[in-house]
Amino acid sequence: MSGVRVRFAGCLGGFDLDVGFDAPARGVTALFGPSGCGKTTLLRCIAGLERMTGDLALDGEIWQDARRFVAPHRRALGYVFQEASLFPHLSVTGNLTFGQRRAADRGVAFDEMVGLLGLGGLLDRAPARLSGGERQRVAIGRALLSQPRLLLMDEPLSALDSNGKREILVYLERLHDVLSIPVIYVTHDMAEVERLADHLVLLERGRVIGAGALHAMLATGDFPLSRRSDAAAVVEGTVAAVDAVYGLARVAVAGVEILMPASGARPGQHRRLRIKADDVSICRVAPENTSILNILPATVVEILGDGQQQATLVLALGSGTEGIRLLSRISRKSRDVLGLQPGDAVFAQVKGVALA
Amino acid sequence: MIGVVRLTIELAAISTLVLLVLGTPLAWWLAKSRNPLKEGVAVVVTLPMVLPPTVLGFYLLVAMSPQGPLSAVGVPPLAFTFSGLVVGSVVYSLPFVVNPIRNAFEAAGDRPMEVAATLRAHPLDAFFTVALPLASPGILTGAILGFAHTVGEFGVVLMIGGNIPGETKVLSMAILDYVETLQWEEAHRLSALMLGFAFCVILAMTVIEKRLRRRLR
Repeated sequence: MSGVRVRFAGCLGGFDLDVGFDAPARGVTALFGPSGCGKTTLLRCIAGLERMTGDLALDGEIWQDARRFVAPHRRALGYVFQEASLFPHLSVTGNLTFGQRRAADRGVAFDEMVGLLGLGGLLDRAPARLSGGERQRVAIGRALLSQPRLLLMDEPLSALDSNGKREILVYLERLHDVLSIPVIYVTHDMAEVERLADHLVLLERGRVIGAGALHAMLATGDFPLSRRSDAAAVVEGTVAAVDAVYGLARVAVAGVEILMPASGARPGQHRRLRIKADDVSICRVAPENTSILNILPATVVEILGDGQQQATLVLALGSGTEGIRLLSRISRKSRDVLGLQPGDAVFAQVKGVALA
Repeated sequence: MIGVVRLTIELAAISTLVLLVLGTPLAWWLAKSRNPLKEGVAVVVTLPMVLPPTVLGFYLLVAMSPQGPLSAVGVPPLAFTFSGLVVGSVVYSLPFVVNPIRNAFEAAGDRPMEVAATLRAHPLDAFFTVALPLASPGILTGAILGFAHTVGEFGVVLMIGGNIPGETKVLSMAILDYVETLQWEEAHRLSALMLGFAFCVILAMTVIEKRLRRRLR
């Protein structure tokens, strides 16, 4: 069996945890939940830094079960802590090679990692002389150079200011495209989930309340995510063409094309788009003479009452309920005036599309 | 007089070495163990700090005497020997070495060792390559305090060392001898030497520690 299989149940420091999920062999699995829901404890249990009864296996190799407990230093994993936690007595190079020298194989090369994370100019520096973002980049490189078969990241952006966050996110996206190992990423920030995650595990008070592919988890009424004020759908597509005159990119998303600000896009690029529920309105008939560029035929899948004034619609693009999901937030009055029901064919007007 | 100085430095150097070898693992255990008995052990380690040296010396003398408990377990009688002085100095200076090292281990926290473990370092490997370098200012402080404290000890030496030239007659004893025999000149010289030594030790410690700490910040 490939991927990570995680089952833990028990009590640690007065904290009650009962969690089970599987993370696929490739891609980023986000553990998302409010502070104090047990995300970090769970990650520490996976690393073997905390001990709790459970089962844990990576690609079928058992790290923990009823009889066995593999010591943390014998698990081929990388761990990026909230604070970079670099060794202050070693230079950047010393930090980077600490795990590499102790690793069994040499899959990821030093120079390659230095290039990927832009560490070239920092190698001789002491950790104390790095910015927060630089420190976290070194920490990520150090973890990856230990040749892990699983990367664990515990809110790696939370200790950074907004500049540092932006800087690291760019590098994380780069890594996302090249890493062939599973990543388990703990966060309480939805924006990070939308940008980085492929799979999502929702945690609440030490329990898993939902798990699955990101796009499916965001656009469904089954989880509280679609009720957030900043609820959005995330879709992936390929840049088909760029209109330099108007600065627009045409992105092909599962059979439909969406126009969005080009912002440096080149044809053939893979792009992840974020479409906010508030930016999607509904028409019964195809609107004409409108300023809205993206008008997509869709089917109403589900209608969620969000209280007195608003309703959130789950839409599937095209006819039928199997298409790409979007969210649309409209007033309850509009819903009643249009007489919307699940199964209705409508047109979704998308006012804004952003890169996730 | 040279013999006295050499013997004193020899005693202090050997004691410091023994103190570091025994004190560092002990400090690690005191810093990291969750054993409820550890604070009791910490108190015993710290006792020589407040106990009158003569009291400590008296118990050591009893323990080391040919009829004492140490002889009962096969240790040759150590009273009035250089080895006995080393044992006495180690016990006497233990808190001055163990406490700063323990504090340094505690100040570094668990995180560096956790990071090392996630980077494939065996705990013993991590102890030598991470924990010790991070605690180096504390270890240095401990070593210097232990050395200086041993050089200056008097009460314990008086009780268990006697005053045998070349074997147990160290600086502080020599000063006492000079004063008792009214050789003020000699007493002055040795005392001034001690004063200068103490000054240099504290100065060097402050400077080196500051530098180490800056590097580790």
